[in-house]
Order: sequence, then structure tokens, then C-alpha cells
Amino acid sequence: MTLLDRKGPPTTGRPPSTRDLLTRGDIRRTVTDRVMTGVITGAFLVALVPLVSVSWTVLSNGIGRLSPYFFSVSMRGVFGGMDAGGIYHAILGTVLITAVATLISVPVGLMAAIYLVEYGRGPLARAVTFFVDVMTGIPSIVAGLFAYALFAAIFGPGVRFGVVGSVALSVLMIPVVVRSSEEMLRLVPNELREAAYALGVPKWLTIVKVVLRTAVAGIGTGIMLAVARVIGETAPLLITVGVIDSINRNVFEGRMMTLPVYVFRQYSQGLVPCAPDAVDCIATVNFDRAWAAALTLILIVMLLNLLARLISRYFAPKAGR
Amino acid sequence: MSIARQAGAPASPPPAPGPSRPVRRVRHGLGGRVFAGLATSAGATILVILAAVAVFLVIRAWPALTSSPEELADGVSWFPEGTTLAGFVGPLIFGTLLAALLALLLAVPVAIGIALFISHYAPRRLASPLGYVIDLLAAIPSVVYGLWGATWLAPRLFPLWDWLGRNLGFVPFFEGPASSPPRVVMTVGVVLAVMILPIITAVTREVFLQTPRLHEEAALALGATRWEMVRMAVLPFGRSGVISASMLGLGRALGETMAVLMILGPGFTYSLALLQVGRHQTIAANIANQFPEANPLGVSTLIATGLVLFVITLAVNMGARWVISRRAEFSGAN
Repeated sequence: MTLLDRKGPPTTGRPPSTRDLLTRGDIRRTVTDRVMTGVITGAFLVALVPLVSVSWTVLSNGIGRLSPYFFSVSMRGVFGGMDAGGIYHAILGTVLITAVATLISVPVGLMAAIYLVEYGRGPLARAVTFFVDVMTGIPSIVAGLFAYALFAAIFGPGVRFGVVGSVALSVLMIPVVVRSSEEMLRLVPNELREAAYALGVPKWLTIVKVVLRTAVAGIGTGIMLAVARVIGETAPLLITVGVIDSINRNVFEGRMMTLPVYVFRQYSQGLVPCAPDAVDCIATVNFDRAWAAALTLILIVMLLNLLARLISRYFAPKAGR
Repeated sequence: MSIARQAGAPASPPPAPGPSRPVRRVRHGLGGRVFAGLATSAGATILVILAAVAVFLVIRAWPALTSSPEELADGVSWFPEGTTLAGFVGPLIFGTLLAALLALLLAVPVAIGIALFISHYAPRRLASPLGYVIDLLAAIPSVVYGLWGATWLAPRLFPLWDWLGRNLGFVPFFEGPASSPPRVVMTVGVVLAVMILPIITAVTREVFLQTPRLHEEAALALGATRWEMVRMAVLPFGRSGVISASMLGLGRALGETMAVLMILGPGFTYSLALLQVGRHQTIAANIANQFPEANPLGVSTLIATGLVLFVITLAVNMGARWVISRRAEFSGAN
């Protein structure tokens, strides 16, 4: 319609012949097409700017401080512009809190996914599907407030220890685990289930021994990605676990440091006022530590992502045709 | 063949518990009922958690909700004199919405462009690697974005903001002079836009890829150029997908904490001046800022603001899910 209405450019005085119309392109339309191709390609390139820039700034600013020493000491007794201190306590806290969060989220998330795929019928299943999606949108800080409110109701106000943070992270992690596991379970061909039923295997054993075993690689990938997603969460841990300078191995008692919170903490401490003749004083040491910890954090996240992709590439079953 | 092998293994041990093997008991065995019960209760747990979030927030927010403005002003050091709780939350809601909408305004056109590039412009073989590259943006933790935005991006944006303030200062949004360092809501908007780009792109891309091939080919057969094909076939088909993707992005931007906390110089006004520092603050950043040092009444007040944020994001997300559930098999979790 609109295509046929448009005439070619009036290059000469006489109206263009049918042959001209059919063989020569419309300049204006061609130019618009070219321009839009440029704009759309440009949009993609624009998105690469922050990606490259973030990677580069973190790498170039953080690599200088990375050393075995930095990974093996805490911030205990480090003050002012001392050229000391590390992230051992933060890595430990991140690993412990995330591990507990995974321990909570994976059973709940996986069983919920099994419910949705194998048992779910009727309004409950529909509600669960809908609210799992809604739950992915809960702001992380609200999850933190929830965990705090929950434990404050049991232990009284001012409660801060590792498990509170784990519960906050689980709220963010469970929907991710449910969605990815659900997708993987749905990929398991029905023929496998039917074959098991035909052999007289009860439904629950079929699920455990056939369905889960077939989907285990995909589920593993999903869990890895979920861990990678919550390991960088800062706000909920800031308000539920707090900050501390020394090593705490007990997730049930006392504040813990975590890697993202460490980055924020170092950043917010800002520049150190150094005396002009001070030898052992680096004005930007807090920022340096923040960048180095940020680099460590990104490396951990990328490693988890890579591992997840590798698992799914090498262990995934071939989908049924 | 790997399937056949895996499927073969579980079939070999006989599932029946006893030697007599009563067929009926296999069907309605205890294990089956326990397992089904576990699965169902795990599903129900999701609903319980969501309900518990609301209930516990209300319980903890109750002291602040029922206190008079005077009690709040006396008990909470940072609570402004002579306002009610609603008067305190108002500017925060305004700031939250302003920053999120700004981010959305910047992110949606770019995201549509990226999605079109991946789905219709890039070579088909490259589509999934390119999508993965964009997804990498989502893998970067928000605290790193905050660090990057505050120390690297902000100084580089200042000349642009300065120019806007000088030349477009008559527009209320760009009222000058632009603050330096630019710890302003405009900078926050840019960083938030980068952070919500991946989710919007991912949803939009999925929807664009679902455009019926016949529509596209029909447009091309009528002599349409590629852009005309996109405009006539792809964009109308993907419109609701774009809307729901934007709402998902809005939900993310509303709840983002660390980037705002690390970049924005806070203030509690209803100002539209995007380039001036100390005018805006978001709910999430305010909570993270005040929570560690707050007294019990202060914590309660903050949780009350968190409840408002929860309700807003819940409404936005449910709206987005409602739109999306009518068409696409997609959620932010996959």
C-alpha cells in the first residue's frame, strides 16, 4: 500500500516510466534504510562502551594491589593510609553466606520446580508460576529488610549475623533456581517418563532416577548462574550482616564482611589525609583496595558464569527430537 | 544415546519394596505421597515467602506507622521536623520514580536498537554470542557499577551536563548551573540505564525473534527495505513485548540501591532540576544509607519506606508479568 504509493525521485521533467519505477530504487527509502541500519548498529556499539569501560577500569585500577598477601589477610589493625590489609575475611564471608543461601534455596527451588513440572495442576500451580516471576522483581534491599524483620521478631532488634544475610539472598535466589530448573525439567522428553512408568516404576522414583538424572547438568548450570547472580548483592548484606574488619567464621554469630560490602566500605571511607612527609601512607589506598576487591568479585562472577556454560555444554543431554 | 544409557540405569533396580511386589502399593506408596507432598509444599513455600515478606515488613513498620509526627521527629535524628510520615516518604517516592523513569527513557531506545540488531541485522550465527555479550552487562555486580559510575563516568559526563545547563537551562529539567562533581540524578539515570539494559534487551529480543516469518517475508516481497520490514512487521508485533520489557526494567531500576547510594548526593525535595546536587534521594539508597546507624524507631521508619518500595515494585512487576504472560514464555530468571 504505502510502498506502491511512493514515486521515485523526479530526476527528469517527464514522469518516470514503469520500467524506471521497477528497476530504480527510491533514493529516500534507501537512505532511510541505510541510516536506520547505522542507528541500530550504533545502539549495539553504544552498549559495548560501558561493558568495555567497566572491565578496563576495574582491571587497570585493581590489578596493582592483587597479590597473595592481599588475599590472605584481613583488615584487622589496618588504619589510615597504611599500605596493608586484604580481603581474606571478605572472601570467607561471601563464600560462607552464599553457601548457606544456596543450601536453603536449592532444595526449595528444585522441589518447587518439580512440583510445577510434574505435579502442578490447577490454581495453585498457576499462582506459583505467576508469583515466582513476580518474586524475581523483589528489590534486593526489600529482601534484606525482610530477613532483618524476620530475625528481629525472633532475636530482638539489632540482630546481625551471617544467616540473616543468607536468608535475604535466598529470597532473591529461589525464583531464579525455580525458573531455570523448571525449564530444564521440561526439556526431559516425555518418552523417558513413559518408559519408566511402563516398567512399573512409581512416579516419584521416575522423577528422582530418570527425570532429575537426565536434567542434572542443566540444573547445575542454573544453580551456578543463580549463585553468580546473588554473590554480587550488596545492599541486603549491608543491612543484615553489617561490616567488620576481622575474620569471623561463624555464620550464626556476629557480623561478617563480604566482598561487595567490602568494596562499598572502602569506597565510602574515601581519600586518606596523609602528612606531607609520611613515608608509609598512600592517600588513595582505600580506593585501591576497593578496585582490587571489585576485580576479585568480577573474576569470581565470571568464573561461575564460565563454569555454568561449560557444564551445560559438555554435560547436557541431547534434547529429544 | 546418552539418554538411553541414563534411562536404562534406573530401570534395572526393581522399585518395589517387598519381595511379594504388590502392584497397587507401588502406585500409592508412602514414598510417592511424601514426595508429592514435599514438592507441593515447596511450591506453596514460594507463596508463603512472598506473603511473609509483606507481613513481616508491616509488623516491623507498625511502630512508625502508628507514631505521631512529633514522636518520629523526637525519636529519629534525621526525620524532618513538622512533617508526617507521608510527607517524609513523598520526596523519596518522587526521587525513586524520577531516577527510574530517567533510566528507562535512556535505556529503552538503545535496548530496542540492540534487540533489533541481534534479531534482524546481525548475521544469524552471531545472534546468540552477541546476546551473551549484552547479558554480561547483567553479570557485573551493582556495587562495581557504583564504583565505576562515581569515579570514572561522573567526571567524564560533567562537560556534557555543564553544556546542557548552559545552553538548555531554560528547560526546567536542565536548570543550571550543573553541579560539580556531578553527583546528580542525571548521572544516576545513566548508570541505572546501563544496568537495566540487559533485561530490557533480553525480553525485547525474544519477542522480536518470535515475529512470524511470513509477515517479514510478505513485507520484503512487496519491496520493503529492511527498515520498512522492521517498522511494518516486527515493531507492531513486538509492541506489547517492548512495553512489558520496559516495565520489568522499571522494576529493576526502582529497587536499585548501591549505584544510587554511591553516586547521588542526597536531598529531599520535589525538584525537577536533574543537574543539581542535593535535590533527590531514592527509597532504597536512603534505607542503605541510614539503616546501619538507625535506632529502633528509625529502623521502623525505614522499613515503612521499604514497604512503600515493595508495593510499588510489586505493582509494576505484576503489571509487566500480566502483559508478558499473555504472550511470551519468558521471565527475568532464565
